[in-house]
Amino acid sequence: MQHAQPYYVPSPSYWPIIGSIALLFMGFGAAFVMNDVEAGPWVLVIGLAILFWMMFGWFGTVARESEAGRYGPQEDISFRWSMSWFIFSEVMFFAAFFGALFYMRVLSVPDLGSGATGEYLWSNFKAGWPVAGPGIEDTFRPMGAWGLPALNTALLLTSGVTVTWAHWALKVGNRFQLNLGLFLTIALGVLFLFCQAYEYAEAFHEYNLTLKMGAYGASFFMLTGFHGFHVTIGTIMLIVILFRCLAGHFKPEHHFAFEAVSWYWHFVDVVWLMLFVLVYWL
Amino acid sequence: MKKLSLVALASATALCSGVAVASRLGLQDPETPIARQIYSLHSLILWICVVIFVAVFGMMFYAILKHRKSVGHKAAQFHESTTVEIIWTIIPFVILMGMAYPATKTVIDMKDTSNPDLTIKATGYQWKWGYEYVKGEGSLSGVSDGIALLSSLATPMDQIYDPKVQKSENYLLEVDTEMVVPINKKIRILTTANDVIHAFWVPAFGVKQDAIPGFIRDTWFKVEKPGIYRGQCAELCGKEHGFMPIVVRAVEEDEFKAWAEKRKAATPAAAEAAPAVQVAAVDAAATAPAAAAGPVDGKKTYDGLCAACHGMGIAGAPKVGDKAAWSTRIAQGPATLAKHAIEGIRAMPAKGGNPALSDAEVTAAVEHMVGLSK
Amino acid sequence: MEAVHGHDHAHDHDHHHPTGVTRWLTTTNHKDIGTMYLWFSFAMFISGGLLALGIRAELFQPGLQLWRPEFFNQLTTMHGLMMVFGAIMPAFVGFANWQIPLMIGASDMAFARMNNFSFWLLPPAALLLMASFLVPGGATGAGWTLYAPLSVQQGMGMDLAIFAIHIMGASSIMGSINIITTILNMRAPGMTLMKMPLFVWTWLITAYLLIAVMPVLAGAVTMLLTDRHFGTNFFNAAGGGDPVLYQHVFWFFGHPEVYIMILPAFGIVSQIIPAFARKPLFGYSSMVYATASIAILSFIVWAHHMFVTGMPAAGQLFFMYATMLIAVPTGVKVFNWVATMWKGSMTFETPMLFSVGFLFVFTMGGFTGLILAVTPVDIQLQDTYYVVAHFHYVLVAGSLFALFAGTYFWLPKWTGNMYSETLGKLHFWCSMIFFNITFFVMHFLGLAGMPRRIPDYSQQFADFNMIASIGAFGFGLSQLIFLAAVVKCIRGGEKAPANPWEGADTLEWTHLPSPAPYHSFETPPVVK
Ligand code: HEA
Ligand code: HEA
Ligand code: HEC
Ligand code: CUA
Ligand SMILES: [Cu+2]
Repeated sequence: MQHAQPYYVPSPSYWPIIGSIALLFMGFGAAFVMNDVEAGPWVLVIGLAILFWMMFGWFGTVARESEAGRYGPQEDISFRWSMSWFIFSEVMFFAAFFGALFYMRVLSVPDLGSGATGEYLWSNFKAGWPVAGPGIEDTFRPMGAWGLPALNTALLLTSGVTVTWAHWALKVGNRFQLNLGLFLTIALGVLFLFCQAYEYAEAFHEYNLTLKMGAYGASFFMLTGFHGFHVTIGTIMLIVILFRCLAGHFKPEHHFAFEAVSWYWHFVDVVWLMLFVLVYWL
Repeated sequence: MKKLSLVALASATALCSGVAVASRLGLQDPETPIARQIYSLHSLILWICVVIFVAVFGMMFYAILKHRKSVGHKAAQFHESTTVEIIWTIIPFVILMGMAYPATKTVIDMKDTSNPDLTIKATGYQWKWGYEYVKGEGSLSGVSDGIALLSSLATPMDQIYDPKVQKSENYLLEVDTEMVVPINKKIRILTTANDVIHAFWVPAFGVKQDAIPGFIRDTWFKVEKPGIYRGQCAELCGKEHGFMPIVVRAVEEDEFKAWAEKRKAATPAAAEAAPAVQVAAVDAAATAPAAAAGPVDGKKTYDGLCAACHGMGIAGAPKVGDKAAWSTRIAQGPATLAKHAIEGIRAMPAKGGNPALSDAEVTAAVEHMVGLSK
Repeated sequence: MEAVHGHDHAHDHDHHHPTGVTRWLTTTNHKDIGTMYLWFSFAMFISGGLLALGIRAELFQPGLQLWRPEFFNQLTTMHGLMMVFGAIMPAFVGFANWQIPLMIGASDMAFARMNNFSFWLLPPAALLLMASFLVPGGATGAGWTLYAPLSVQQGMGMDLAIFAIHIMGASSIMGSINIITTILNMRAPGMTLMKMPLFVWTWLITAYLLIAVMPVLAGAVTMLLTDRHFGTNFFNAAGGGDPVLYQHVFWFFGHPEVYIMILPAFGIVSQIIPAFARKPLFGYSSMVYATASIAILSFIVWAHHMFVTGMPAAGQLFFMYATMLIAVPTGVKVFNWVATMWKGSMTFETPMLFSVGFLFVFTMGGFTGLILAVTPVDIQLQDTYYVVAHFHYVLVAGSLFALFAGTYFWLPKWTGNMYSETLGKLHFWCSMIFFNITFFVMHFLGLAGMPRRIPDYSQQFADFNMIASIGAFGFGLSQLIFLAAVVKCIRGGEKAPANPWEGADTLEWTHLPSPAPYHSFETPPVVK
């Protein structure tokens, strides 16, 4: 609560309204695409394009403001709070899907195979896990934990280490180690995504495992899919940070953007560990 | 200004209570032990709440009258008292425990669906109910096994749509085929649904249970007086959610047996349908009894089932005979039409909602309909 | 877009204000943004209200006169969605924007530019919702709760609603992060947490609730979307899912959501009652603890909306007990308000009238909530008009009346003019009377067995429905008085002094002139 300098209030900006126009287009576009309206893809693409323009412009502005020294210690605290609560909101988003997994696995699937429900409606169904569901005749193979997924775990954990290594370097002003650490982190992230893409291809073609494979398929792909999406975002953010580092941004005592991204990366890591245990392993 | 509004308030209250004489102000008369428990539970809690309400707002209005600036009251400055705060935390807590105790007993009674005398499976469809008397363990086992009924709104459409037509006494609460149960027997209702969630609700029985597609849930009642009991679907289930009533006729045990005999004789196919539980069996028995055997007869299928919607254009179904409505559809070609009728399209249920029909029967019905609509 | 200007830090606002539309499109000022939130929510209130009148008009008499049943369901659904997400929630965020910086002595919100984004996300969401009436198949008619599998059956309108919810969720999350950060990081020196005005406290807690549950709602509707279009089976038994799973996820959001709509109302009333009783709020700290307890309890009561889904007895009992417990902290609040009035020196200007009205009528809604919490009784009353009566008592007479109270209370600070007391009082009495005419009779309808969400009803419900419909139109017309009072106040009127209320003692009254200047507290006040 110290007020060394007045709190920075940015001047009026067009980026927010541009962003909401983007989302308007994207909302309509996505709904159109899903309902086979012809214009759909175009509307969606326009929306996405505006969104990227907005993000580029907005984040650029923030980076410039930061480098111009607009953000003092009080602003820094604001950023820390906001990033923490943003990550918390993401945790709750994943919690919804983990909750669905838990519910299906522990409650609804056993329910379908037992009691009056099993007896009257699904007499041929044996509950268990992994399973698609009583009305799905196709069979599939579940994803084992100790192949690619274990490798992926190793990749992500290592990337958590490298990003921390880079952070230490930033704090002591070792720019080379900083850049190298970031680069390695990005490389590991990209590698992870490749492995996941490979895994999905294998799931589709060899395991007959798709989104349509009932309880297992839905929870598997939605959880790993949203995680993968977050890794993608995290990687892009890391790339941005790397470019900013290469451009000489950040100081040993003033580099919240870097920290925010590394928090995010650790969060993505932790989600993966939960996935590994709850989706692949158990 | 204030006087005016008080007058308005008073006259509004008078209006309400005047009407109230003609209407019900409380729960429906309970007709089962459970409903009676619910009734008294509600009365108990309501009166506790009323007493608290009067006490709290008595205080407030006293303060409003006496502690106002216009009567020269000077503000005190107290703003804390741990003692009273503890008191008014503990007392409500104790009152709540007093409410929770009888409620707990009722919950446990309501959940006890064991040892029924008769088990009926109620299936919700968009928008009608199917009732199926399943083979049970209880005293009535064997009496009504395999009876399957389909029960839908009997109120004619013109009563609903035409304001000039006089509405009948049980407007919207009348069905074509009632569920019949014996009195003084424990009836277990299994609920499930075919499409979306519905809810089986008979207020006088204190019974309400969601019917969830793919799952079986249960509830029970034991009605003591013969009579007709009415209820409605109580979960939003789409367009005609307001038009799927439930009517239960409770009769003496002998009368029930006689009814069951007659009903079984009328639906021979259903009696054997083992394991008498397939959703299909309900429809097959109730709506297309002759469908199982004999040559494929499109008109029969149409009259027995499709006409329910296509006869009057219910649910947006193209009305048979309405050339404009059919011309574009016919233009899709007979194969497509048949495919849509067999697989369902939008609000049109697959095979008109009766999976027991063969493809040939449905196709024949389509031909029949097309013939009438060209 | 805007370059960083290199002037010195002591002068960190860029004092060039764009004018006209641009000012509103690009603003980073919390007062502008608050104003936009408030007008937006009022527009949505009118739209949602007109839909409600569509409902009431059809229900005026038995029989189907005006709408086809499917359109009636769309009216109900969109009325619920627009009122909850469009009217009530944004209105409270509007209050937060205006008042929090003023009440804690901050220069603005912590993230002024993101603040603008939070607001501007709402109009696209509203457009998506409204446009859904125009697409083939119309808007979604699955109820504002969007229960699967009915919602899986709907047409394109459902997808538009899903994306609207995503966007509104993003707006709420950003707004909440902003509010929390502002409160935690931007208080004036000396303003400790336990010295914050209660309105700020209630918003702090509300913002936490929002961050915790909006993402869960997003998850729920995302699963709905994939069930609809991508072949997942979350809510389909044949694929191992369960329609009831949707309800669990939805109500895990939904119950905290109802407290999101009432806690800030508690906050507003807690500012107003002491001001007009000329006596400090009774039991400040217990108010804070009670608010926190309500928020915490709200996470473990959700299944009281699902007593008829057929959960095991143990589940019913747990959720019944937990739900009943909420009466305790809420009771503490009610008692504290009455104790604040006790031995005060009260006057009854419009804000106080609405607050007293709030207290009286909200408590009735609370009691019907308690009655619904008792599982066996709920099983009888679930999905009847009794529930409709309950939640309009807490939402209209609760949230909405508190919003009116707050508007009249702060209008002098916002506009610099006094509102017309005559219009205000007229608005209050009309609202109060018509509200009760509309919704009180719904209790009887519900008890007698009228289901909710039906376009047509049986004969025996006719008289009460007619009364309710008349009341609804009266209540709607009464809101024109509000509009008149606000517009009149903005356009002129008696000049307001810095503190027109004898008993008001928060910073905006004690430290700022009326109207509050465009940039307030550039140097923070010191709170003793
Ligand atoms: C602002 C919104 C709001 C608020 C504050 C509340 C408050 C409460 N609600 Fe309500 N509720 C809704 C909005 C709200 N509700 C909505 C929108 C729905 C329907 C959703 C839908 O289906 O569409 C709903 C539905 C709903 C149901 C489900 C009904 C059904 O569908 O079957 C239940 C059941 O338990 C319930 C209970 C409660 C309880 C116990 C409280 C408690 O918080 C009330 C506590 C207050 C008091 C009890 C009064 C004051 C206390 C005292 C004076 C102390 C002394 C009292 C005693 C000891 C008794 N609510
Ligand atoms: C959140 C707040 C909120 C508010 C403020 C309201 C306000 C009103 N609501 Fe409700 N309502 C809900 C939330 C709310 N509602 C929810 C969540 C549901 C459940 C939906 C569901 O089941 O899915 C519901 C459902 C609901 C139903 C049940 C529908 C059904 O089950 O089919 C009804 C029926 O009477 C109703 C009526 C009203 C009325 C008459 C008002 C009035 O207070 C509205 C008054 C406002 C106006 C009328 C507009 C402003 C005035 C003018 C524009 C002036 C011009 C006026 C005239 C010409 C008369 N609402
Ligand atoms: C529950 C009501 C209902 C029943 C019962 C019903 N239908 Fe339909 N039917 C509909 C509706 C609604 C449509 C219009 C669907 C649409 O186009 O949106 C329809 C459309 C059709 C069409 C036109 C499909 C097209 O491609 O346009 C055919 C053919 C048809 N029904 C045949 C049948 C037959 C045969 C039966 C009986 C075995 C039957 N229907 C029973 C409601 C019903
Ligand atoms: Cu079936 Cu509502
Ligand atoms: Cu609730």
